[in-house]
Amino acid sequence: MKIVYSWLQDYIDLSGYSLVELARILTMTGLEVEEVQVIGLPMPANGPLEFKFTGLSWDPEKIIVARIDEVMPHPNADRLVLCRLNDGQEEHIVLTGAPNLYEYKGIGPLPTPLKVAWAKEGAQIYDGHQPGQVLTTLKRAKIRGVESYSMVCSEKELGISDEHEGIMILDPEAPTGAPLRDVLGDAVFEISILPNMIRNASVIGVARELSAVLNRPLRMPDTSFEAAGPAIDGMVSIQIVDPDLNPRFMVGLIQNTRPVPSPDKIQRRLTLAGMRPINSLVDATNYVMLETGEPLHAFDYDKLVERAGGKAPTIITRAAKPGEKLTTLDEVERELDPVMILVTDTAGPLSLAGVMGGLESEVTPETRNVLLEAASWNFVNVRRTMNQLRLNSEAGYRFSRGVHPELAPLALQLGLKRMQAWSGAGEIARGVVDNYPRPHVDPVVTLTPAEVARQLGVELPAEQIAGLLRSLDFEVSVEGGRLQVKAPPHRLDIGEGIVGKADLIEEIARLYGYDNIPETRLSDELPPARANRALEVEERIKDLLAGMGLQEVITYRLTTPEREARLRLAEEGPLEYIRLANPISPERVVMRRSLLASVMEVMERNARVTDRLALFEAGPVYLPVSGQDLPVEAETLAIAMCGRRYPEDWNQPVDARMDFFDLKGLLEALLEDLHIENVEFTPAADPTYHPGKCARLSAGDVVLGTFGELHPEIQRRYDLPSAPVLAAELDLSRLIELVPERFETRPVPVYPAVLEDLALVVDEDLPAAELERAIRQAGGPLLADVRLFDIYRGEQIGAGKKSMAYSLAYQAPDHTLNEKEAAQIRQRIIKRLEHTLGAKLRG
Amino acid sequence: MTETQVFEDLEQILQQGLAALEEVKDEAGLQAWRTAHLGRSAPVMQMFSRLPQLPKELRPQVGQRANQVKQALEAALAERGEQVRAASLQQKLASERVDVTLPGRQPLRGRLHPETQVLRRIFAVFEEMGFQVFRSRDVETDEYNFELLNIPAYHPARDMWDTFYTTRPGVLLRTHTSPGQIHVMRASAPEPIRAILPGMCYRYEQVSARHETQFYQVEVLAVGKNITFGDLKGTVNGFARRMFGQNVRTRLRPSYFPFTEPSAEMDVECFVCGGKGCPVCKGSGWLEIMGCGMMHPTVLRNGGYDPEVYSGFAAGMGPERISMLQSRIEDIRYFWANDLRFLEQF
Ligand SMILES: [Zn+2]
Repeated sequence: MKIVYSWLQDYIDLSGYSLVELARILTMTGLEVEEVQVIGLPMPANGPLEFKFTGLSWDPEKIIVARIDEVMPHPNADRLVLCRLNDGQEEHIVLTGAPNLYEYKGIGPLPTPLKVAWAKEGAQIYDGHQPGQVLTTLKRAKIRGVESYSMVCSEKELGISDEHEGIMILDPEAPTGAPLRDVLGDAVFEISILPNMIRNASVIGVARELSAVLNRPLRMPDTSFEAAGPAIDGMVSIQIVDPDLNPRFMVGLIQNTRPVPSPDKIQRRLTLAGMRPINSLVDATNYVMLETGEPLHAFDYDKLVERAGGKAPTIITRAAKPGEKLTTLDEVERELDPVMILVTDTAGPLSLAGVMGGLESEVTPETRNVLLEAASWNFVNVRRTMNQLRLNSEAGYRFSRGVHPELAPLALQLGLKRMQAWSGAGEIARGVVDNYPRPHVDPVVTLTPAEVARQLGVELPAEQIAGLLRSLDFEVSVEGGRLQVKAPPHRLDIGEGIVGKADLIEEIARLYGYDNIPETRLSDELPPARANRALEVEERIKDLLAGMGLQEVITYRLTTPEREARLRLAEEGPLEYIRLANPISPERVVMRRSLLASVMEVMERNARVTDRLALFEAGPVYLPVSGQDLPVEAETLAIAMCGRRYPEDWNQPVDARMDFFDLKGLLEALLEDLHIENVEFTPAADPTYHPGKCARLSAGDVVLGTFGELHPEIQRRYDLPSAPVLAAELDLSRLIELVPERFETRPVPVYPAVLEDLALVVDEDLPAAELERAIRQAGGPLLADVRLFDIYRGEQIGAGKKSMAYSLAYQAPDHTLNEKEAAQIRQRIIKRLEHTLGAKLRG
Repeated sequence: MTETQVFEDLEQILQQGLAALEEVKDEAGLQAWRTAHLGRSAPVMQMFSRLPQLPKELRPQVGQRANQVKQALEAALAERGEQVRAASLQQKLASERVDVTLPGRQPLRGRLHPETQVLRRIFAVFEEMGFQVFRSRDVETDEYNFELLNIPAYHPARDMWDTFYTTRPGVLLRTHTSPGQIHVMRASAPEPIRAILPGMCYRYEQVSARHETQFYQVEVLAVGKNITFGDLKGTVNGFARRMFGQNVRTRLRPSYFPFTEPSAEMDVECFVCGGKGCPVCKGSGWLEIMGCGMMHPTVLRNGGYDPEVYSGFAAGMGPERISMLQSRIEDIRYFWANDLRFLEQF
């Protein structure tokens, strides 16, 4: 909302406050100032710029009011004129091409001199010939043989508007020689209006807030006028079909008026407030809306009479009927539905209530008689109408947030008065037609200082509270320490009962000043301490993975089924997804089901940047459950690795690519560090992975997930180097549950271990895990450690066989093992393996 | 052999040995010298074996002198040995010198995502104040995301959130972590609450350098019988001091959220420019860090707490924004783009 500084001063004396101070006061009152645009007024002196200032300051010495006494033709150019200009002290000849001076060319001394804005050499103005606002400094120049050192300015050059068709002509009363900024200087506060403060989307609203915090009186505009026309009774009647939709509808009438350009000051204010001046009749409705917050609507009365067959029109407000149509004044034919409220007459729809008028009955340059409407509408319906039609308007903005029905009379009076004043013609009919079936009852809330203290932590006496509320026009009575507070008749944001109390306490805090409420430390009872084990373990897992050289990533949780399908074979069939009804991008339409798919995309994007990729992500996937609205949000851990085992470096001799065992080793280490026991890796079949390099990871009965090397057919779909891609997707919740709360340690051995190597020749397809398990079982408790250190295949041992070489450690907790004991264990192992697995000791 | 001859021989043995030792330069030379001058067939050792051939009365004197010579040679050997070893070590060290300006061999490093890092800092600050982390779901119902938070359908406040709806009626992606307020209250009533609610949130918004469709939020919630706006100020200001510096200035500015009343925005003095105005704070000297307020009675009631008895506050912040301000990150899209050249800087 743009609030024009000069306009604001119509309602409150702001003398003594700078623009920065006012912006700060407004902001700290909840009317956040986003920007201050100056029009000629000085910018704040340097120092911390609390607010964004834009616009042009006019040098008081160099940009002044001057008087053009005569407009003379240019000797060498038809399109230029020479002005005989007086700055109050001396005469200057000023060159200009302003078309709006042509009519005065060569007519001799002007009977009424023109007042203009005159910029002298060195003045900073905007360049009128460049698009946008480009600062330029006036320099002396010779134009077509005539020396030029100053200029008369257009609105654009002064930063008032985009108007550059001609120079700006000032009010004839403007004092010649005065700094322009003292005459026309202004500023605009761009205020962000909070949803519960729609009352402040108006100049009076902002003035009222300032009057409360500055403790200066609010000056309401004078609504009195002479009603010279006939009585309105019998000239129009109003029917409200549903008071819930339309609590109040009131009209007034002005006859024999005419649309003319509004006074300069009004046009300037509207422009600065962001509205385009149209004519005196339309401008009056817009001006009053910006002033009071109540949108008005003007009908061409004669059109209504015509539609009523020459009789007095009857206005009917009602819900639209399905399929009904209306062409709004933006010349769009709109299909209506019953959520929309219509202003109609006996001939059909006239306007879309609260949002936009109809084209047929709008005010045109031919309009002479205006029926002016001030009404209030159900904000939910207005809002739904705007949503459905994707239609925004200043009226809709306000009505969709709630406009108090008591604002209607004020706005209607001001509207009629201004139409007449600014048109310079017309008689206002006596009286109004006011249909107000269910007058609004403003809530009354009881409040005690103790209740205020309970919320704010600061003790305020009842009278102080009453004073704060009264400053915002609340009606307050204090009795026995209790306050009876009645909401003022211009706001709808105060509730009843305990909600009303909270609403009032907010106003008290705001007016008392948040800054003045002392900061305290929480002293209330602490809640029972509860561990968040899932989070703790998850963070531990992240630390471990990062410690092992993996980079954590966090990806978008929205994706497409197609993007995820890259990781799956086509035959697997479609999956059910949580799907967006209103996606913003075709790349993000469903909630992901695969975390690995997201991590793979990160891998692909980074493949060009690095030759070693090792990534993980911990986060949810979203699995729809039939019969339930909400999906299971399954916490998942995905790991993906590809490329060099060690980064390429001058002193890193190993040039190896990561393979299946890098990932497996990482998972082993992770589970070991988490103290998870009975970990098992078994061959698995998953079409995403290489059929021979895929394993299932489980611990006891709990399956944690599958991992392996990506199937070459799958990997081919990604833009990745040819090295193997290792990937895992694990159930993080299960993993977390498996982590024991405690673990036990073993004593450090006191007696030395006997070490020996054992090479066993076994069938090629005997899994290593089975062999090791058999060794451990045979070795019994004295076999302290088993470590595979070599695998050999070759002629010496024969086809279909492999030699597995283990380093074994025998150790007893209570004595040093002797040769004989060690030999016994060794013999036991060899014998058992020969017997159960057909293993042979390699010679 | 005369008496003098024997002593002269011994003296010569000593002098020759010492002279030869002077020539020794390395370990091998030492060994050779030891064999030549102290070995079994060394002259001094020969002297011992010649003792029986000497007159009886001479033997003790000659024996004693031979012993002295042998000890002197041994001592000289030890001393020379030290010198030679020191010299060769010196040489070895000199030859082993490396260019210390060559790049080091770094261990493989993984890192946590910057989001995880900033979340942990935020958690740590609030955990010190007795707050506990409570997580809730991303895919929510309209009821929890809006209605129970005092945002009925078609309420003007709904404009504050551009929402992603799903094809399932009444199911949406949470626009904020505030539905967690209801979850945690319903799980805890009537016990007091001090909770931090982190989570991914979603808004229907065009992605730009400052806006993402997906972003983290951390909500702070305190409910009890004796919680005031002063406590809210103390808590959020305490957080700001721990997070941004002990002397940082803060201010609370009136604002509006449907689920709190009174509501406020907390600004902290720009820690980049110290409040003087800079591009980061857009010249204002202040940075908007979080929204907060006293819990709305309707929300307390919806959570199972009687608003006549209980009060509470809630505050919410964007961790990416905090991270962006602290690490001067220009573009919020860096967070989920996961470019390693960005991530590896943390
Ligand atoms: Zn700054």
